[in-house]
Order: sequence, then C-alpha cells, then structure tokens
Amino acid sequence: MRTATLTDTTLTAPALPEIRAFIVENFLLGKDSGFDNSESLLESGIIDSTGIMHVVAFLEERFGIAVDDDDMVADNLESVDRIAAFVGRKQELRNAA
Amino acid sequence: MAHLVHQFLSETAKRAPSRTALIAGDARRSFAELDRESDAVACALQSAGIARGDRVAVMLENSIEYVAGLFGTLKAGGVFVPVNPSTKADKLTYLLADAGVRVLIAPSALARQVLPALETVETQPTVLWVGAGLPNGATGLLYADAMAAPHRQPAEPGLIDQDLAAIMYTSGTTGRPKGVMLTHANYVNTSWAISTYLGNTPDDVVMCVLPLTFGYGLSQVLTGARVGFTLVLERSFAFPMETLKRMVQHRVTGLPGVPTVFSTLLGLEAARTADLDSLRYLTNAAAPLPAAHLRRLRERFPQAVFHSMYGMTECCTRISTLDPAELDLKPASVGRAIPNCEAFVADEEGSRLPPGQVGELVVRGANVMRGYWNRPEETARRLRRGPQGETLLFTGDLFTQDAEGHLYFVSRKDDVFKCRGEKVSPKEVENALYELEGVHEACVIGIPDDADGLAVKAFLVARDGAALSEAAIRQHCRGRLESHLVPKFIEFRDSLPKTDSGKIRRAELVEEIGTPARPAAASVGSPG
Repeated sequence: MRTATLTDTTLTAPALPEIRAFIVENFLLGKDSGFDNSESLLESGIIDSTGIMHVVAFLEERFGIAVDDDDMVADNLESVDRIAAFVGRKQELRNAA
Repeated sequence: MAHLVHQFLSETAKRAPSRTALIAGDARRSFAELDRESDAVACALQSAGIARGDRVAVMLENSIEYVAGLFGTLKAGGVFVPVNPSTKADKLTYLLADAGVRVLIAPSALARQVLPALETVETQPTVLWVGAGLPNGATGLLYADAMAAPHRQPAEPGLIDQDLAAIMYTSGTTGRPKGVMLTHANYVNTSWAISTYLGNTPDDVVMCVLPLTFGYGLSQVLTGARVGFTLVLERSFAFPMETLKRMVQHRVTGLPGVPTVFSTLLGLEAARTADLDSLRYLTNAAAPLPAAHLRRLRERFPQAVFHSMYGMTECCTRISTLDPAELDLKPASVGRAIPNCEAFVADEEGSRLPPGQVGELVVRGANVMRGYWNRPEETARRLRRGPQGETLLFTGDLFTQDAEGHLYFVSRKDDVFKCRGEKVSPKEVENALYELEGVHEACVIGIPDDADGLAVKAFLVARDGAALSEAAIRQHCRGRLESHLVPKFIEFRDSLPKTDSGKIRRAELVEEIGTPARPAAASVGSPG
C-alpha cells in the first residue's frame, strides 16, 4: 500500500482549502467525507485516472499554472497535500520568472 | 498439464520458483513467493468458511494482493468475482447480493464505500481487509494476519474443470450488470490459445496498465502464470510518465492496451525518445483503434508486431485476432477465430450466411461461457443448442466475414457501446440522470471521439422552470457512476424525437450524429 506522506510545505500552502473544496464539490457530491489531506486520492477511490485530468484542468485554470507531461506524477498529484505543495512550487517558479 | 486455473501458478512455481512473477511499484514476487502468498489467502478464506463453489469478491486495484486474492480464491475452491475499486456503494451492494458473495477482499482505504454497502447486504459477507489495520467501526479479517500465519497447504477442495472459476459482471441493455459464469475449463483453454497466438515465452515482460477487474487485464495474469513470464502491474494509467519510465526500466516486451492507452502514449513527448527497443508486441482490444494512431504506433515501434483483437466477456474475453502479417492487407478486420474456437456469421435462425452478408456473429468453442448467473431467460437468449449438441453463443454483434474467414465488425444489435474500452449501457446512465429532479427526459448515445472511441453524450430535456447546469449534472453522475459512464458531452433540447407510442427514438439521435458504431473505414478492428 502506498500512502502519501506529509511535506513541510503543507501547513503554509494557501491553495489547499480551494483544492480540497474542488474535490469535495466535484467528486464527493459536495459532502465532505472527512478524508485526510495526506490520503491517496486514487487509493481511497475519491478520484480515478480520469478524475486526475479534471483536477489538472482546474489547477491550470484557477491557479494559472502550466502542468507538463513531466509534472503528471504521483509525487505531485496523489493527495490534497501534494497537489497544494505542487501548486505552490509552480506559482513560485512563475513569479520568479 | 494444468486443468485448473490455479495449477498454472503452482506448476510454474515448481518449474521456475525464483523467476519474477510480478512487479508492482517497488514490490516484487517470484512465482514461488506468489504461490505461497496465495496459499495463505486460501487458508484464510477456508477458515472463514469458504468451500467449493462459494463466491469471493476482490475489490482491489492492480496489486500483488489482487493476484494473490485471485489464486487464493481458486485454491480454496471458491468462485472469483472481481469488482472495480471505483464501484460506488449502491452498485457494490447490488453486486454482493446478486452474486451471493461470502467473503469480500477490500482495501481499508475504501472503507467509506464498503461499509455502507455491507449494511444492506443480507448475506453479511466477511471482509478480508488489505491495509494497515481494521478501519474504524469495521469487523473482519486482516490480510496481514493471513500472511503472518505459518505456511500450510490449503485443504484440497476437489474441483474439476467444469466448476466455475469466475463470475465477471458486465453491463447489459437493462442497465443492471449481469454475471458471466466462466469455468476453469474456459480459462485454461483460452489462456493457452492467447499465449499461443502471441508467442509468449518465459522471457517476456508484459506491462499491464489495464484494470485486472476487466477480462482483458485478467488474461495477462493468467497467461503470465501459465507461461511463466513477468508481469509489471501499474495501479492505473493515471500517471503515464511514470508508467513510461517503468516500461524502459523493466525492458518491457509486451504492451496490451486499449485505444485510450495508445492515444495517451502517442501524446507523450518523452515516448518519442524513450528506449523501448525491447518491445516485441502490442495488442489492442475492447474498441477499434483509429487508423492514424495505428500508423503512428507502427512508425514509433517498427520492431514490434501489432495484434488487433476482438472478444467479449461471454467468451472468456477473446474470440478473434488478426495475424500481424495480414494487418496491411486487411486493416479493418479483427482477424479470425482464435485457436480451438470457431466464429461464423448467421441469420436470425442461426443458419450460416455466405461471405459478405451482414448477420449476427455466433461463436462455438471452449471459450464460451456457462451462462449468466441466476438469469435463465437472458442466458437462453444468448446460448442456443447447435446441430452437434454443442453450445452456441449469439454475441449480439453484427459482423461480415470474407471468403477467408476474416471478420469485420459492423455494429451492436442493441444500444450498448464502448467508451474507453468499457461497456456503456445507455440505460444505466439515463437512470442516473433521471434521479435529478430537473430532468424531464434523457437519452444517452455514443459519439465518435478520438480519445474515448465512443464518448458518452447525453441529450436532456429540462422540466419546466428547472435550472440544470452541465457542471451539476456531471457532478451528480460522478457520485453515482464509474467514470467511463459520466457524460463527456451534454446537450439541452426542448424536446426529443419520439415514436408514435411516445418512446424516445434513440436511433434518430444516433443518425443525426453520424454512424458511430461502424469503424470499418476509419478505424482498425477490435470493438470487443
């Protein structure tokens, strides 16, 4: 079994509540099941491989980031924590450019 | 010679104990280790009361535990019932009750879907949980405990090859999935036929991104165990770059796919330069591959042969395959019947039709199912007695056949179509749409789509005054249906075409869009 581990950027990621709200709204019919932000979204059946594509489209539109082929990895997208940290890193890169 | 499916594994474990059977992420199992792990599952199942003929459902993603659960069930004498882990609670309840499941093997991570489903199932299945511990509020057994127990052989259940090995659920026209009963003899024969025409050897390394709950995915495990090759299991194709890296890393020789997989692979920049020279063959099934994609695949992997295949769950997943040498001559054909199987085109009475005429495809052979679980009427519609007393399967697919026996798919007889290689019953989607109060009328059809094969399109008429948004409809569907059933396209209309008796005329909407079910000109084989 694979579980996503907490990253140190978790607590400060400002995008996190919005990402969680998007997932709850779109994949859990608006009912928050109380899942953990570090939980694997795929393993817990909250989203599947097609769902990942919807999440990526949302991230690109809402946060103005570009998600490349190379970014489409579990390390970036497996859990709410990881998605939030990934968005944070992408935004930093964009702002630095 | 193996005559039972699990003997594939035990015989290979004796012959080549240390050869790698499975690679799943960082985990690996040799054939000997997998054999022992499935013994442990079998013992746990038997101690939970499983005996010959009892149904055991496995609701796991692609993993070592899934494969051990499959072989463990068979070793215990049980009948294997695969359940897609993305199945929602309502449908899970239905499947567990319909199959009369006695033990469910499920991950603790899915407790939120599994526990509510169990509450309403009368047979009260025991759960064997895979994961760190018992979920809150759950009872049952732990997979880890079964693994920790000292090794022993499961009790001999006394199976013969006429016993059921699996019940595979498949969508039907009614919108309620039916269980296809397949015997050990079905699987032993078909695994032999498939690994023979693919020329599999113990040196093969096959990449499996297909869900193992799907017949086409399952057949990779069974042919692997029979031949003794290595299977690389991917949880899904959600992260294609990671899959691509592992294809390179493990020197993969075989890639079974569906059009969506190949379309994604062709879209990856990195796939153009990745070292995939080890790739010896590609197989496509479940839906036709667009001709342009086939051309690009062959350009990208000139050293690999391409097998275009066709089948259905009712025939142990495989009916025909096109010899790669004939691909250029007959690109629109799904080939000829697989070894030890005969397929012909027949009229309504079941009489054989001459070459070129359109009729229903009929199959006879050791791959033909026993019937639908607890559905004698539906079984009788599909299975008929042949002139030699054999069982004939009427597939419900319209075909033509040329003088050399090559088969060409024309269309389905009913409304069922394939999206991303999986069956879509329009009725099932429409039932979910009608649950929305604002929906007055709904009609679902498949429309041609490069990525999905046929994409799900819903035509909707809103109730007077009801405000329906596409987002709200999709959101509702995602909560109720597996993802391939969620409409990709939604169109609102003031009314839908009707027959004189007031029935919605689906055919008229299909005609409006074009003729989606006819792949012959634009696509290459393999609707089944």
